[in-house]
Amino acid sequence: MSTTERHIPDRLTTPAQRVLKSWEALLLAVAIAIFIVNSLASPYFLNAWNLSDATFNFTEKAMIAFAMALLIIAGEIDLSVASIIALASTAMGAAAQVGAGPATLVLIGLGVGLACGAFNAVLVTVMGLPSIVVTIGTMSLFRGISYIVLGDTAYGGYPPGFEYFGQGYVFWVFSFEFVLFAVLAVIYGVLLHKTNFGRAVYAIGNNATGAMFSGIRVQRVKFILFLLTGLMSGIAAVCLTSRLGSTRPSIGLGMELEVVTMVVLGGVNILGGSGSIPGVVIAAFVMGLVTFGLGLLNVPGIVMSIFIGLLLIGVIALPRLWSMARGK
Amino acid sequence: MKRRTFGTLTAGLTLAACLMGTSAMAQEKTRIALVVKALGIGFFEAANKGAEEAAKELGDVEIIYTGPTDTTAEGQIEVINALIAQQVNAIAISANDRDALVPALKKAMDRGITVISWDSGVAPEGRQMHLNPSSNPLIGNMIIKLAADHLPDGGDVAVLSASATATNQNTWIEEMNKVLPNYPGINVVGTVYGDDLADKSYRETQGLMQTYPNLKAIIAPTSVGIVAAAQAVTDAGKIGQINVTGLGLPSEMAAAVESGASQSFAIWNPIDLGYSATMIAYNLVKGNAKAEAGGKIGMGRMGEVTLDDNNEGAMADPFVYDKSNIEEFKSIF
Repeated sequence: MSTTERHIPDRLTTPAQRVLKSWEALLLAVAIAIFIVNSLASPYFLNAWNLSDATFNFTEKAMIAFAMALLIIAGEIDLSVASIIALASTAMGAAAQVGAGPATLVLIGLGVGLACGAFNAVLVTVMGLPSIVVTIGTMSLFRGISYIVLGDTAYGGYPPGFEYFGQGYVFWVFSFEFVLFAVLAVIYGVLLHKTNFGRAVYAIGNNATGAMFSGIRVQRVKFILFLLTGLMSGIAAVCLTSRLGSTRPSIGLGMELEVVTMVVLGGVNILGGSGSIPGVVIAAFVMGLVTFGLGLLNVPGIVMSIFIGLLLIGVIALPRLWSMARGK
Repeated sequence: MKRRTFGTLTAGLTLAACLMGTSAMAQEKTRIALVVKALGIGFFEAANKGAEEAAKELGDVEIIYTGPTDTTAEGQIEVINALIAQQVNAIAISANDRDALVPALKKAMDRGITVISWDSGVAPEGRQMHLNPSSNPLIGNMIIKLAADHLPDGGDVAVLSASATATNQNTWIEEMNKVLPNYPGINVVGTVYGDDLADKSYRETQGLMQTYPNLKAIIAPTSVGIVAAAQAVTDAGKIGQINVTGLGLPSEMAAAVESGASQSFAIWNPIDLGYSATMIAYNLVKGNAKAEAGGKIGMGRMGEVTLDDNNEGAMADPFVYDKSNIEEFKSIF
C-alpha cells in the first residue's frame, strides 16, 4: 500500500451484482446446467414420477445437512450422524419387535437422536474436547452398539402406518420426505438468517473469543447445535427406516461424508464463519440430480463418486481460481 | 468476469455432454438389469460374464450390469429407482437385504418390470421368482460324491463341519446321509466341528488323522474348514493318502489343488448363475414361461428350473473345481 490517500466507496458492488456473483447463483447455474444436460442425455429424465423418485436420493441427507451447516458455520463438525441413524434405527427396530406403534417408534427415533447429540455435546462443550476427534470416536461407538445388538441379523416387521414416513405421498408426486425437507429448509433458513441465534452462530464461527466477550454463550449455542444435529439424524433415521422397512447395522453407512460434501458444496466454509441455507438446498438438488442422472445412464456407483468428488473440487476451486486470476 | 463464468459453465456442459453422449439407447432390445450387491467383487464380475454370454446367445438382449459402491440396501434402492425410471424390461438382483428392497421392487413390478432375485434372495412379495445356485439335496449328494469319486474301493471318510448349530452345514450333512447308501463301501466314521475358525479346524483335522489312521478323505462343507483341513493334511505329510474335499473358494483352494492335498472340491459357478438368471429373466419377459409354483422356466444350456411353493428354484449341482479349471477360476473369486 503506497498510496496515502484512498477513496473508499460505500460498497464495492450493487446489490444486484452481489446476488449475481454469489455462490448461490453459481450453484444454481450449475444445477440448471445439470438439469438441461440430464434432459438431453436421457429421455426418461423429465418425468414427474421419476424426478419424485430421485428426490429420495437426497432428502434424508439434506435434512441432516441443514443442522450440519449450522454446526460447521460455528466451527464444529459432527461425523457421527450416519452412526446415530444406525443406532436410532436399531432402537426403533427393537421397539417394533415388542409391538410399539408408529407414534412410539417416531418418539424413540427422535429420542435416541437427541440423546446421541447430547452425548457429543457434553464431550465437546463441557469436557472441551475437539469435535472432530469426539465424533470420529462416537461414529464407531454408536454403530458398534448396533453391530453388537444385530450382528448378522436384521430387524423387520414394522407396524402398519409406519411406512408412511418414508414411502407416503402428501399430494401427487410430493412425498412426505420431500415436503418435510422443504419445511425444514424454511425453518433452518429462518433460524440461521433471521434470528439472534443465527447471528450468534456466525459470530462464534468467525471469532469464538470475540463472540464470548460480546455476551454470546458460546458453549450453550454449540450444545444446542449438537442437539439439533442429533435430532435431525433421528428424523432421518425415522424416514430411512420407514423407507427400507428393515434395519441392518450397515444402514446409512458412509452417509456422513455425503452430508459434509453437500454442506461444503452449498458454500459453507469448512473452517466456519460463513455459508447459507439456500446454498445447501441448491447443493442438495445438485447432488440428487447428478446421482440420478448418472444412474439413468447406468454409470457405476464408483464412477459416480468420482464425479461428485470432481464436482466438489471444481465448484470450490472455481471462486479461488477466479480471485487468483483477478489478483494478477 | 461474467464471460469467464460463462466459459467455465460451457466447458462443464460440453464435458458432461461428452460423458453422457456415449450411451446410445437401443430401444428394440430387451434390457435386462443385473443388479449386484456391490460393484468390484470378483464373484459378481463373473456373473456378469455369464449374463453377457446369455445375451450374445439370445441376440436381442442388452445387459445393464449395475450395483451400488457399498453393500447397502439404500444404495440398491437408488439403483432400482434409476432402472424403473428407464423402464428396463427386467431386473435380476442379488439383494443386500431380504426385506428392505421389497417396496422398491414392488413398485418396479407395478410398472410392468419383470423382477427376479438370484444368489441372495428377496422376500417372496418383492420378486416373481428366486434362483438358488443349488439346493440342499444337490449339495448333500455332491459332497459325498466328490469323496467317493476318488475312492473306487471305498474307505473311511470323516466330516469337518462348521459349528454344531450351523443350519446350512447340518442340512447338507443330513442330506448327505440320506444318499449315503448309493455309495457302497464309503464309510463315514465321524463328524467334528471346527466352528469356522481356521486354528480350531486345523486342530480338529489333526485329531481326525490320529483317531482314524485309515482315513482316506475329509469332507469339509465350509470354506474355512476345507482350507484348514488341506493345510493340516499337507503339514502331516499325508498328501496322496488323504483327499480333502467339500465346499471352498477357488482363490483359497488353488494351492491345495495344485499340491494334490485336494483332488477336487465344489461351489457354485458364478458364470452359470449370471447366465441362468439372464435366461430366466428373458423367458419371463417374452412370456415363454410363467413364474408360478410348479412352473418350469428354461435356462438355455443349463436346462430348466422347476419352481417350488415359494417360487424358488435351484439351478444345478454345485460346480466341481479341479486341476483342469482351477487356474481359470482362482482369479475370479
